[in-house]
Amino acid sequence: MSGQRPASKSELMVVASAHALTGKRVCFVGVGLPNIAVNLAKRTVAPEMELVYEAGVFGANPARLPLSIGDPTIVTGSTATVSMHDLFGLYLQGGRIDVGFLGGAQIDRFGNLNTTVIGDYAAPKTRLPGSGGACEIAINAKEILVIMRQSTRSFVKELDFRTSPGNLGGAVAAAKTRAAQGWGGSGPSGVITDLGVYGFDDDGEMALRSLHPGATLDEVRASIGWEIRIPQNVPATPTPTDEELRLIREELDPTGAYVS
Amino acid sequence: MNTSKLVDMRTAIAAHVHDGDTVAIEGFTHCISFAAGHEIIRQRRRNLTLARMTPDLVYDQMVAAGCAKKLIFSWLGNPGVGSLHAIRRRTEPAALAPGESLLEIEEYSHHGMVGRYVAGAHRLPFYPLRSYSESDLPKVNPLIRTVQSPFGGEEIYAVPPLNPDVTIIHAQRADAEGNVQMWGLLGCQKEAAFAAKRVIAVVEEIVPTSVIRADPNRTIIPGLIVSAVVCEPFGAHPSYVQGSYDRDNAFYREWDTISRDAAATEAWLQEWVYGVSDRAAYVAKFGGDYFKGLTPTSAPSGSVDYGDYR
Repeated sequence: MSGQRPASKSELMVVASAHALTGKRVCFVGVGLPNIAVNLAKRTVAPEMELVYEAGVFGANPARLPLSIGDPTIVTGSTATVSMHDLFGLYLQGGRIDVGFLGGAQIDRFGNLNTTVIGDYAAPKTRLPGSGGACEIAINAKEILVIMRQSTRSFVKELDFRTSPGNLGGAVAAAKTRAAQGWGGSGPSGVITDLGVYGFDDDGEMALRSLHPGATLDEVRASIGWEIRIPQNVPATPTPTDEELRLIREELDPTGAYVS
Repeated sequence: MNTSKLVDMRTAIAAHVHDGDTVAIEGFTHCISFAAGHEIIRQRRRNLTLARMTPDLVYDQMVAAGCAKKLIFSWLGNPGVGSLHAIRRRTEPAALAPGESLLEIEEYSHHGMVGRYVAGAHRLPFYPLRSYSESDLPKVNPLIRTVQSPFGGEEIYAVPPLNPDVTIIHAQRADAEGNVQMWGLLGCQKEAAFAAKRVIAVVEEIVPTSVIRADPNRTIIPGLIVSAVVCEPFGAHPSYVQGSYDRDNAFYREWDTISRDAAATEAWLQEWVYGVSDRAAYVAKFGGDYFKGLTPTSAPSGSVDYGDYR
């Protein structure tokens, strides 16, 4: 960390997410933190990675950080720009996506996600954006990584609405449904938060895998709405290297819009 | 010789958008016809069913102006920024103003919404897809249903066709007959246009038919299905047109502030929609230098050779 200020929580999320992409080939990208994570991975642990944007781009090569999912920079210099029918049909449902990033307003212990409403659907307290492509990404991408900040409002015992299925009520039910209905994917493989990295145990329930530098287990417990599984010995998430921090701060998010 | 369909926006909207219509102004982040949306507001159309994958600012403005009774969509947000506040005020009971009613909502996922246009365009009774399984969406939208495969009993979700009364698209160029060429993000414009009873094609530039015929792979819809052609430079602002002008991200952020307040929203509509006669007046109000700031540097494609086979 010579001479560099220590990593912020957002930078820890970005670097841990990039590490989770090691060796991946085709990644469905979202805007914001996933976008920075994927571009960092492409410059470090996954140089061969193809970036896919739901707006209709395969093999994007963005020259600037896109604000929206449909920024013109994802088109210029891409390998292919296609209709959304082709993108969702041929590329996603056709089984060509290795990993997809999702987030949400709420997640439960089995990695199911809500991006639709807080409260009752017909008379919502908060109307959220809805599925977009999330529902089909959750079903068709071979694996799902979730990026979310932890709080008891977002890591909840019960979702107000299930927009995108994860491990349903547990791994056995999920495996049966995936096989019976021909899902292309195997569901969530990791959750990266501002405090740590989580995986899913054999029964499909979320469990802490590593704790970020500076975070405590008390913070982890206090910001999750159920009793989170914590193993006996929790390793520390690797500290970002100087080069990773330099790439984020100088090249990927120079104005600090997302990670400061 | 085919006849010209070239008209101004006022004429196109007056002729083809009626009270109670189902209207699809499509374009995924790219090429959204705000010029058409604003003209629909000025002509005070009412009780419209507004279909769009992402309602974006254009439908937030049309909802704020009282044009809509129902929304059909798949992602309801201000892309890259946050919420569509005018629409939220009509979907959250606690935020509803006295005398206002909740908007009708019919929502899908992106693939489902694309599939609705595909089924509509192909004249098929439904579009099957591997989405919605174990999602709560089918519970709140009775039009998302299951169907049994006739080739082995597998059950799969399906969505019904969507055939808008009118689809409005924006693109780089067309000839006067309505043969439309477009590059950059293609969204679902081709499918939404072929699904519609009437199509309004709005373009940055009218070109001779010879320009179209020199690059036929670039044509996304033929004049055959187009009812009216409108030439409207900067007609997609604050969205963008690939190669012509950038997305006005500063305005997308500014709208977040404006639209949080109903009075500020109304004041904006008065100044920038009702207060200008047409898109040319809107562009002039910004001043020429404003759009220079949104112009990208050049990145031309190489050209291909189609060959001459006389």
